[in-house]
Amino acid sequence: MNMAGSGPSIEVDGLVREFRKGPRAVDGIDLAVSPGEIYGFLGPNGAGKSTTVLMLTTLLPPTSGRASVGGFDIVRQGSQVRASIGAALQEAALDSILTGREHLLLQATLQGVAKATRVRRTQELLERVGLTEAADRRVGGYSGGMKRRLDLALALVHGPRILFLDEPTTGLDLQSRTALWSEVSRLAHDEGMTVFLTTQYLEEADALADRVGIIDRGKIVAEDTPARLKAEIGNPTVEVVPADPSAADAFAEQLARFGVPIRNGRDSIGVQLPQGEAQLAEVIRALDQAGLRVASLHLHQPSLDDVFLAKTGRKLEGAAAENEPEAQPAARARGRRGR
Amino acid sequence: MFVARAVAWRSLHNTLVSPAILLPSIIFPLFFLAAFAGGLSKIADVPNFDYRPGYTAFQFVFVFMQSAAFGGVFTGFAVARDFDSGFARRLLLSAPRRSGIIAGYVTGSLARWLITGTIVTIAALIAGMHVDGGGVDLVGMLGLGILVNLGAALWACGVAMFLRTEQAGPLIQMPVFVIIFLAPVYVPLKLLTGWIHTVASLNPATVALEAARGLFAGSPEKVALAFALLAAGIALTTVWARRGLASAERAG
Amino acid sequence: MGDVAAEALNAPGLLEQVAAVARRSVMRTIRQRALLVFPLLFPLILFAINGSALSAATRIPGFPPVSYRAFALAVPFMQGALFVAVTAGTDLARDIESGFFNRLALTPLRGGALLAGQLGGSIVVACVQSVVYLLVGVATGVGIASGVGGALVLLALSILISFGFAGVGTLLALRFGTGEAVQGFFPLLFVTLFLSSSSLPRNLIKVQWFHDVATYNPVSYLIEGVRSLVITGWDARALALGFGFAIALAVLSLGFAVAAMKNRLVRT
Repeated sequence: MNMAGSGPSIEVDGLVREFRKGPRAVDGIDLAVSPGEIYGFLGPNGAGKSTTVLMLTTLLPPTSGRASVGGFDIVRQGSQVRASIGAALQEAALDSILTGREHLLLQATLQGVAKATRVRRTQELLERVGLTEAADRRVGGYSGGMKRRLDLALALVHGPRILFLDEPTTGLDLQSRTALWSEVSRLAHDEGMTVFLTTQYLEEADALADRVGIIDRGKIVAEDTPARLKAEIGNPTVEVVPADPSAADAFAEQLARFGVPIRNGRDSIGVQLPQGEAQLAEVIRALDQAGLRVASLHLHQPSLDDVFLAKTGRKLEGAAAENEPEAQPAARARGRRGR
Repeated sequence: MFVARAVAWRSLHNTLVSPAILLPSIIFPLFFLAAFAGGLSKIADVPNFDYRPGYTAFQFVFVFMQSAAFGGVFTGFAVARDFDSGFARRLLLSAPRRSGIIAGYVTGSLARWLITGTIVTIAALIAGMHVDGGGVDLVGMLGLGILVNLGAALWACGVAMFLRTEQAGPLIQMPVFVIIFLAPVYVPLKLLTGWIHTVASLNPATVALEAARGLFAGSPEKVALAFALLAAGIALTTVWARRGLASAERAG
Repeated sequence: MGDVAAEALNAPGLLEQVAAVARRSVMRTIRQRALLVFPLLFPLILFAINGSALSAATRIPGFPPVSYRAFALAVPFMQGALFVAVTAGTDLARDIESGFFNRLALTPLRGGALLAGQLGGSIVVACVQSVVYLLVGVATGVGIASGVGGALVLLALSILISFGFAGVGTLLALRFGTGEAVQGFFPLLFVTLFLSSSSLPRNLIKVQWFHDVATYNPVSYLIEGVRSLVITGWDARALALGFGFAIALAVLSLGFAVAAMKNRLVRT
């Protein structure tokens, strides 16, 4: 067990979560997050992100494996873990009848913030997240962005050192999303807070995270800084959409001359170009000589989506559709707990 | 016609494949029959209670008519649900003659109630209910029930289309509930006293209920008046439903 | 932020937790007027209708020598208790469905404190309802045979019954986790009210199966306990049975609710 305050803020070793029906939602993950780091946990719906967060925040016991958060074991020292963390989970989880201020006061009371400090702390957080004017309005009338900001403020009310954010910007407009990114970045870099952030948005992981762990079907398939992950892929990828979908096999045969062709679920086939952009002309010539008509053709530089593609053989979007029946682990976990 | 047929088919189909909708619509009337006829049967010992077929039959007729009314009310809940889910907008967009949508909902309501009414009747017969009316009398009673169901369904459709939300439920149900229960539910009109006697005497539902009871007992009374009042009610609620539809169309 | 964090490691006391949750529960109840008004009005409407429509029942040989309105006054208290059950249940179910329950689970809040606090709002509603029903009854000419003292005992019994039913609603919410499931049980609770001595004294129920069901139905004794204070005076047996069943209901429903809370509030 790490002493609180030294070593990684979050340390996970072989964490597994099985549900009675279906495959393992989390299948033996290992990771470590340093203090003050923003760790981005990227993966499609149903990959196991939220299940991991529920376990690390002590709301779901792991089937096997170990983890410590803030130096406390998540199974044996749950109450200490909860005292050390703040969490904004997948649903904003607010009471539409209460005002923003009432939410913060309730949270502060339940977290044990001293009576003398509660009001000051509430006002401080309202100012920080820009909700002073709306503080005394019922949350039912808040916009999505306002709800997420209040959610963040509630997670911070007791001054935790570690913050869990489960898909915090899903459903938000660009302006709200950017504002939330800015605040999260400030919390980590100015205040030294450790942030464990799950997301299905590439640009969010790219923009915010110091390091990214890519999870698919319960396993971490890649982990490093965004720059190094993309550099590992290195080469640009050409993606071709055949004019005649039934000619996909013939396209794959031609593209196989340049590398391993990867089918992207629907109608496109991609291949990495080992010699870079210069090979693009060769690809076009090869397809033309084979008499294959192209509906569209794209060349793009490596992105985290390409990293995902390289590691799993699927694109992040296609992976989401495939994983759909396994999605909503949080809802399933809540339902099962009632039995 | 084909719009009405399609909407009616959907309404009936959704009820038959969904136990959560089908069972309450059957169980509640059976329950009321058991509770009123079973729990209150001693009312027949009240002096001047002289309904010849007996108290079970007395309550059966009420439950029969009540199930017709509430069957119409439940249609309104379904319409409101369709608006909440957005399905109603799909109907409005695709139906060439939108009045067919109302006709469809109302026809579906009637079809569902005919199933409920049949089951309730069989249950009452199994419980030993006496039937004193002849074939024509019973057809007349059925006719009254049909008109009650249609009127309630039109009322409910109108409210649902005006408000277009499931939260309209209480507003759909309460007026019908109050009208029904301000009729001679437990005893005949002549045994009511006080303010309830005055209100029930003026309540059109009383005419329909007493006419139905009379037909069931083979001594029809005020049947023509009952049919006339119910027909007038249907005319009014048809206008109401059409206005509701127009409101829904304007809202888009 | 460090000083706030240091304070937060000391979990608040049980009473403080209960008070915070109860305050929220009461605020929610007061701010949703429909939850107060409908449970008040509906039983009173039925009381007005049935009190008059069934007045002929007083002519049944063996019926107690009181007006039917006096006989029926106990029923709104029971109907009100059923509404309290549904409201308590759907409120908690909404918290579970929305994820607010998880938010509470992440605090040092104890499960028992959460339960006690949630029921706080139910108690407020039960108090208001009981007082209103009693006042309406008296205003419409019903005399309370047990006097002012009996009226206070009646209020206490009614609130205890509501508390027990609120426990049932809470148990359903914790067990099933959705408002739909809680509301689906409402008709069943309603049925228990009908299959009792709510409309006629048990000895005047002619149909044997109905009589038997009403005799075994605990709701009959709850109603008869309340009714005895209105029409009889101080009937020790009726009061003992009424309070006995009310306490048993409260103990059982809350006991099962505590167990369900442990199952629902899974935290390591």
